Amino acid sequence: MGKYIEMIRIRFLMMLAYRTNYYSGILIYSINIGAYYFLWTAIYGDKGSIEGMTVLQMTSYIAIAWMARAFYFNNIDREIAQEIKEGKVAVELIRPYNYLLMKTMQGFGEGIFRLSFFSIPGMIIVALIFPITFSADPIVWLLFVLALVFSFLINMQINLLTGILTFFFFNNAGLIRAKRVIIDLFSGLLLPISFFPGWAQRIMDFLPFQGISYVPSMIFTESLSGSAAVNALLFQFVWVLILTVPIQVLWLIARKQLVVQGG
Amino acid sequence: MKYAAIFFQYAAQYLKTRFTYRVDTVIEIVSDLLSQAVNFIFILLVFNHTSFISGWSRDEIIFIYGFFLVPFAIFGAFFNIWDFNERYIVKGEMDRILTRPIHSLFQIVLERMELESLFGVITGIGVMFYAGSRLGLSFSWYDPFIFVAMVLGGTLVYSAIFVLIASISFWSDSPTSIMPMIYNIGNYGRYPVDIYNHVIRFVLTWILPFAFVGVYPAAYFLGRKDWYVYAFMTPVAGIMFFMISVVMWNIGVTKYRGAGN
Repeated sequence: MGKYIEMIRIRFLMMLAYRTNYYSGILIYSINIGAYYFLWTAIYGDKGSIEGMTVLQMTSYIAIAWMARAFYFNNIDREIAQEIKEGKVAVELIRPYNYLLMKTMQGFGEGIFRLSFFSIPGMIIVALIFPITFSADPIVWLLFVLALVFSFLINMQINLLTGILTFFFFNNAGLIRAKRVIIDLFSGLLLPISFFPGWAQRIMDFLPFQGISYVPSMIFTESLSGSAAVNALLFQFVWVLILTVPIQVLWLIARKQLVVQGG
Repeated sequence: MKYAAIFFQYAAQYLKTRFTYRVDTVIEIVSDLLSQAVNFIFILLVFNHTSFISGWSRDEIIFIYGFFLVPFAIFGAFFNIWDFNERYIVKGEMDRILTRPIHSLFQIVLERMELESLFGVITGIGVMFYAGSRLGLSFSWYDPFIFVAMVLGGTLVYSAIFVLIASISFWSDSPTSIMPMIYNIGNYGRYPVDIYNHVIRFVLTWILPFAFVGVYPAAYFLGRKDWYVYAFMTPVAGIMFFMISVVMWNIGVTKYRGAGN
């Protein structure tokens, strides 16, 4: 276990060395939040609420969705693809750790770094520019933190899956890009899942994506509370368990038919 | 003439490499289509809950988005200079570019082209036809020519902004994330600028003129007479901004000192 915690620490320190890159990142996210802020205020016009959300809840939703993305988002899928393409994965496989777990820990180190140097200061800045509500209820915050951890895990598992697929496709830059676009829409980053038509919502109840962005953001804006919030957390937890299955299966097959391209 | 010949030679070579990795090319085109579809779906979903955004109807917004896709696709096919700083300045690749017998910017355009993003032109025109037919827009015989002029204007505006940003690297090669920042600001041009406040509208018209890529030229085809002045400024703005950016580029090249090794 110690070596995995060390992995988190090392990745955190690595990110810390390049921290200036992140100040501009905050600006980029603020620009995106700004675009959606203006768009949503125009969409609401003089309507009081849409789908049970006020315009204030909506702007808070957009802001927290983007800032939470800074925490769960990482390029581990691209890193895995790169290591497979360069043949480095062969060396990784003989090292005394579980490759996928090690990647997860690196992603977690990155996430903790971004949370403390990106999401939190970013949220403060965004809250100064745009109207955003923060809950005063500690229970909401507790549920939010839990939801955030699960959202990291689900996103990470999907990243691992996409990364492992490189074993079979060799070059999957297009797939990685497609995955990112799909997650942006179906996770609820661009707009809450409750804005989708009923049939689409029912389909998405059977997909893991809304566990990534929709659940934590809805909990943060208190649009989901009480038993609905607990159910949403359960939904996330179940998906974390389900997703381990295809990862393990694909990983076993991939190791058996590993082709090292150079190295 | 020489430039055209070189262009086609590079394009032919490019197509050959793409056909070697066919699956990859197809997936890339599909993922482009996906991201265009996502923005389209976003607009559709939003208009399930409202009928107007600042006085613009669903189909008008869709039409603007469709128009935006066309210059954006052409820009994406030829001006992949978002990593100019790392790729050419920091790694010293610019040395090689400068030994080539054609203009340095043109050489980079040739090397970095991604012709598959031209598929966006088809998507864009398709989206415009969809929205246009629902709006019952009528077109005159000269409208296709105006369309081409507007698209070229929009493409030049978009390219000019990024050439300008890339030129900064000649003076300072320290890594900046200004490129992705501007890239994200570009998304503001997809929607009618009157939903933004005055400062942002001014910036989108005069400083980072992304409004000339989407809403202004599209306003002409939508028959929004109060926007005609801006609409017809599009080709002019394109040529002006692009000339400024090339001049800046040329000055920048004289300041280039190489990265050494």
